[in-house]
Amino acid sequence: MRVLGNFVKARETGILLALLIVIVVATVKNPSFLFSSDGFRDLLLTPSILLLLAVGQAIVIITRNVDLSVGSVLGLTAYLTGRLFIDVPGIPIPVVFLAGIVFGGLLGLVNGALVAFAKVPALVITLGTLYAYRGINVLWTGSDRINASDMPKDFLGLGTSSLLYIPWLTIIAIIVLVAAGWFLRTQRAGRELYAIGSDPAAANLYGLKVTQRVLVAFVLSGALAGLAGVLYAARYGTVNSQAGVNLELQAVGAAVIGGVAIFGGSGTVWGAAIGAFLLLTINRALPIVGVQDFWQRAVVGVLIIGAIVLDRVLARRQARKLVEMRDES
Amino acid sequence: MTTGTTTARTYKDYGQPLWRRILVTREAAVIGALILVIVVASFSVRAFAKPITMTYLFLDIAPILLIALPMTLIIITGEIDLSVASIVGLSSVTLGVLHQGGMPIEVAGAIALVVGLVAGAINGFLITVVGLPSLAVTIGTLALYRGLAVGLLGTKAVTEFTEFWTDLAKSKIPGTAIPSVVILIVVIAIIFAVLLHFTAFGRGIYAIGLSPETARFSGVRVERTKFILFMLSGVVSALAGIYYTLRFGSARGDNATGLELSVIAAVLLGGVSIFGGRGALHGVIAGVLLIGTLASALRLANVTSDVINIITGTLLVASVVITSFLAWLRTKRARPGGKRTETLAAAKS
Amino acid sequence: MSNSTEQGAPALELSRIAKAFGAVIALTNGTLALRSGSIHALVGENGAGKSTLVKIIAGLYQRDSGEFLLDGASVDFTSTAQSKAAGIAVIYQEPTLFPDLSVTENIFMGRQPTRSLGRIDRKRMRDEAVGLFKRLGVRIDPDRPTLGLSIADQQLIEIAKAISLDAKVLVMDEPTAALSGVEVDRLFAVARSLRDEGRALLFISHRFDEVFELCDTVTVMRDGAYISTSPIAGTTVDQIVRQMVGRDVSSLFPKTEATIGDAVLVVEGLTQPGEFHDVSFSVRSGEIVALAGLVGAGRSEIARAIFGVDPYKSGAVTINGKRVPKRNPAAAMALGLALVPEDRRKQGLVLDSSVARNATLAIRQSISKLGVFITDRAENTAARVWAGRLEVKTSALDTEAGTLSGGNQQKVVLAKWLATNPSLLIVDEPTRGIDVGTKAEVHRLLSELAGRGMAVLMISSELPEVLGMADRVLVVREGRITADIDRADATAESVMFAATQAEVAS
Repeated sequence: MRVLGNFVKARETGILLALLIVIVVATVKNPSFLFSSDGFRDLLLTPSILLLLAVGQAIVIITRNVDLSVGSVLGLTAYLTGRLFIDVPGIPIPVVFLAGIVFGGLLGLVNGALVAFAKVPALVITLGTLYAYRGINVLWTGSDRINASDMPKDFLGLGTSSLLYIPWLTIIAIIVLVAAGWFLRTQRAGRELYAIGSDPAAANLYGLKVTQRVLVAFVLSGALAGLAGVLYAARYGTVNSQAGVNLELQAVGAAVIGGVAIFGGSGTVWGAAIGAFLLLTINRALPIVGVQDFWQRAVVGVLIIGAIVLDRVLARRQARKLVEMRDES
Repeated sequence: MTTGTTTARTYKDYGQPLWRRILVTREAAVIGALILVIVVASFSVRAFAKPITMTYLFLDIAPILLIALPMTLIIITGEIDLSVASIVGLSSVTLGVLHQGGMPIEVAGAIALVVGLVAGAINGFLITVVGLPSLAVTIGTLALYRGLAVGLLGTKAVTEFTEFWTDLAKSKIPGTAIPSVVILIVVIAIIFAVLLHFTAFGRGIYAIGLSPETARFSGVRVERTKFILFMLSGVVSALAGIYYTLRFGSARGDNATGLELSVIAAVLLGGVSIFGGRGALHGVIAGVLLIGTLASALRLANVTSDVINIITGTLLVASVVITSFLAWLRTKRARPGGKRTETLAAAKS
Repeated sequence: MSNSTEQGAPALELSRIAKAFGAVIALTNGTLALRSGSIHALVGENGAGKSTLVKIIAGLYQRDSGEFLLDGASVDFTSTAQSKAAGIAVIYQEPTLFPDLSVTENIFMGRQPTRSLGRIDRKRMRDEAVGLFKRLGVRIDPDRPTLGLSIADQQLIEIAKAISLDAKVLVMDEPTAALSGVEVDRLFAVARSLRDEGRALLFISHRFDEVFELCDTVTVMRDGAYISTSPIAGTTVDQIVRQMVGRDVSSLFPKTEATIGDAVLVVEGLTQPGEFHDVSFSVRSGEIVALAGLVGAGRSEIARAIFGVDPYKSGAVTINGKRVPKRNPAAAMALGLALVPEDRRKQGLVLDSSVARNATLAIRQSISKLGVFITDRAENTAARVWAGRLEVKTSALDTEAGTLSGGNQQKVVLAKWLATNPSLLIVDEPTRGIDVGTKAEVHRLLSELAGRGMAVLMISSELPEVLGMADRVLVVREGRITADIDRADATAESVMFAATQAEVAS
C-alpha cells in the first residue's frame, strides 16, 4: 500500500502519465505508431541515446552542478569508435565499448577536476570544455567521415537489431539506467550525491568527501556520454565532426522535465529517463496528430517551462504542508 | 561620533596608485591579450594587416558584440539568459515573414523588436515574478523561442529583402573600412556602459550580484531591475536578429543557433564573474574582439576554422581557473569571510 | 551534581589557543577543559571568541597556536570528519541538515548501515532512528524530509546523530536561542541523560537562568581570551556578568536626556501569521525605544515588516503621518525610514564592494546628477563626509568593506543609513560582535542622534544595553508586545519577566 501510495505521489508518475497519454493519442490517430514492428522499435530506439546522456546529466545535476560538454564528449567517442575499427582491424567489439567508456570517463574527469579543485562553477567549466572537446574533434576529424562500411556488421547490428522485439540499444540503456538508479538509491556514495546537492555547506560540515564525490559524478556523466558515443556510431553508421552537436541542452531538458531540480538535491534518474522518452516521443508524435514537426522544439520548450513551474508549485505546496504538520504537532 | 577625538580622519580616494588600478585588472589582461594577438598576427599572418580583415571581423562579430552588452549586466546580477540566440532566430523569422507578407522593413523590424521585448519580458516574468531559476527558465525558452521560429517558417527561408537595407547592413562608413554597423554598436555600447558604470541603476546591479539581500535592504528593487535587464536582453537580441537577417539577406528559423554559448563565453572571458557582482563592459568588448580576432587570424593562416573552438574553450577555462586561483590567494591572505569563502563561514556565523 | 567535575582527566582540553584571520584577531587565549559526565557552560559577550573556539573544536578552523588535547593526546583536526571520528559532535544554533533528505538519512548520512554489495540497509537504518528518538523521548516522523521542521526538532535530529555516533564530547552552541519553554525543558532532559551516560557536554548560552539550571561548571571568556572557570555552585550571576563585561556597566551608556517630541513612527495592529500579531506602538522624536525579548521572539521580523523588506498581512505603519506602503523599502526610505539590519555581513554590507560604494548605496539616487548619473567622485565626496563623522578606520575609500573589523563594518553601515538623513532609525542588534571601544561609540552616537530629535527604535538582546539606552522598553514575546516599560521602571527583572513569563510560569 505504502509503495503504491508513494508511486502515485511521485513526481515521476506525472511525467510517465504524460508519456503514456502522448503514446495513446498518437496510436489512436495512427495505430502503426505503436502497433507495427517499426513503430514499436522506433518508440524504444529513438530515445535510448538521449536516455544515457540524461541519466549522466541527472547524476551531475543532483550534486548541484551541470555538464554541458556531453554532446562534445559523445562526438569525440563516436569518432574514436569509427577510428578504432579502421585503424585496428579485427578489434573485438567489447574492447571498443570499453575504450569509448574509458575515454569519455577521462574527459569527464577533466571536467570534474576543474570543477572540484578550482571551485569554478560547472556551468563555466563545461561550457569551456564543450568548445574545447568539439574543437579537438574537428581538428582530429577534419573533413573525414566514418561510414557504415568502415564498421563491422555485428557492431552496426547492435544499433538497429532487437532481442525479442526490444532493440539492443534500448536494452543497454535500460541496464545502465537500472544500475544508476540502484547506485543512487542504495549506495552511500549515491546518497551523498543528494546530500551534496541539497546543501553543499552542510555536506562540508558533515565531513562528506565532497570533492571526490563531485569528481565521480562528472566521471560517470563522461563515461555515459562515451558509451552513448559508441552507440551513436552503431546506430547511425556515419560519424562526422558534428555528431552530438546541441545534445547537451536536450539532456539537461530531459532531466528537468523528469523532475530533477536544477539546483540539486532531488530527483531521480528514472525521472530523467522518462523525460528523455517524453521529449523524443513527442517529437515523433506531433506530425501524427497533425502538428507540423517544425513545432517540436516549441513544444519541448513549453514542456520544460511547464515542468519547472509545476515543480515550484509542488514544492511550495509541500513546504506549506510540512509547516502545517509542524504547527499541529 | 563627532565628539571624543581631536583629529579628524582623512581618507584617500584609492588605496592603490592609478597605474595599478588600471593595469592590474582582469580587463587590462584581456585588452593586453587582444593587442598581443593583433600584433603577432599582423607580423606572422600575411593577409591579416589588411583593412578587409577588419571589415569582415566586425561584420562577423556584430551580433555577439551586441548581445554581449545586456548579457554582461544580467550575469553581473548573478542570473543568465540562454535564450538570446533563439530570440535572434525568432526576430529574424518575424522580420522575414512580415516582409514577405508585404510589410516594409521598417515596420516589420519594429515589430520584430517588440517580439524580442515580449520574449525578454516572458523570461523576466518567469524569473522574477514566479521566482524560477534563470538557468532552467532560459533553457526552456531557448527551446520555445527557437521552436516558434522554426515552426513559423519551417525549413524555408525568406531571402527577398529591400536592397537598400541589405546593402546598409554590409556597408562601410564612407572613406573607411569600418562597417556602418559599428556605429550602431558603439551607440548601444555607450548606452549600456553608462547604464552599468555611471548610473544609480548600475550600482544596484552590482549590489544585487554581490549581495542580493543587502541590495534589498538598501532599497534596490531587485526583481524590477532583473525584469528590466531581461527585457533589454530581448530587445537587443532582436536587433541582432534583424542585423543578422539583413547581413546575410536570409531569414531562417535556425539563424544563429548556438550563438548563446559564444556570447556567454566571450562575456566570461572578458572578466565577468559567473557568481555575479564583478566585471566591466570594456573587458567584455575586449573579450569578444579577442575571440573574433583570433578566429579571423587563424582563418587567414589557413588553420581549420574550428580550431577556434579549442582556443575559445581553453581560454575560457584557463581564465576562470586563474581568476579563481588569484581570488583564493587574495582572500586567504586578507580575511576570514568574504563572498567566496563564505560557504564554510556561513554554515555557522 | 558538581562532584563529577573534580575527578578524572579532562575529556577535552584546550589551552592558550590563538586564532587570527588576517588582521582580525578572533582568539588570543582560548582555554577550556571538559570532563566526562559533566555539563560545562561557556559564556561571554558576542565577539568574545566562543564561536571561533567551537569551530576549532569542530575542525572547521585550525588553531594558529596553543594546545588541543583529546583524552590527553594532542590532536590536529583539519576537517570536520576528523573531529567527528574522534567522538566530537557539535550542534549549532541553526542546525545544518539536508532539507531534501529524510530525517533518517540526515542522521546516518555518510555512515549508513549496509548489507551485502554495500547496499544501505534502509530498514535497519529506520529502526535505529526510531530507537534513537524513543530514547530521546521525542516523536519525529523518521521518513519525512527535514525541510520545514522546527529548529527544535532539527536540533533533536542533530542530537540523535551525535548519540548514534556515540560522541564522547557534545558541543551545543546556543541551542536554546530559538526554542520555546517546553522545547527547552525537553532539550535539558535529554542533555542531563547524556551527562549521566558519562559524556562531556559543552553548553553555550546567553541565558543565565539556563546556565545555572543545567550546568556544573562555567567558563567565562572576554575579548577572545579566557577569564575564569568556576563550579556553578560557587558563583553567582553577578560575578559572571562582571567577568564577562570586565568594566563598570554604567559608564558604557552615556544616555543623555533629550526632549521628546511628537510621534514619528506609529505602528497599528501589525500582523503576520506565524511571526507577529497585533503589534501596536509608536516612537516619538528624540526618543530611543528598545524592542527587548528573547532571540526568535519576532522583534527583527517586526522591524523588517515596518521597513518593507518582509510582508505583513494586516495593520498599518505611518511615519510623520504618512502611510508607509507594504513591501517597498525604497518608498520607506523616501519617507525617512532607515534600518541597520541584524546581520551586518549579509544584510548590511556588500562585503566585496568598497567602503565608498557601501556608504553611498542607500543614497545612490540622491547623489546622482538628475537622479540618474553617478560618478566615483560623487560617491567619494559623500562617503568621505560620513566615514569621517563616524570615524571609520580605513586609509582609503576604495578598501573592500569585508576587510574591515566588525566594529568598522558596523560604522560603515551606520554611515550608510545616517547619510539618508532619516527621521526614524531602526537599529537591529547595533553592537553585536563589535569591540568594546566601538560599542561605546555606537551608544554615544545613538544618544546624540536622539538628542538632535531623531526617533530611534533599537532591537537588542543585551539587557544592559536595553536598560542603559532606552527611554522606553517594549518587550516582545512570541510575536506579541507583552509590556511597555518606562525607563524609570525598567529593571533586568521586569524586562526578563515580561520576556519569559510563560516559561517561568510553566
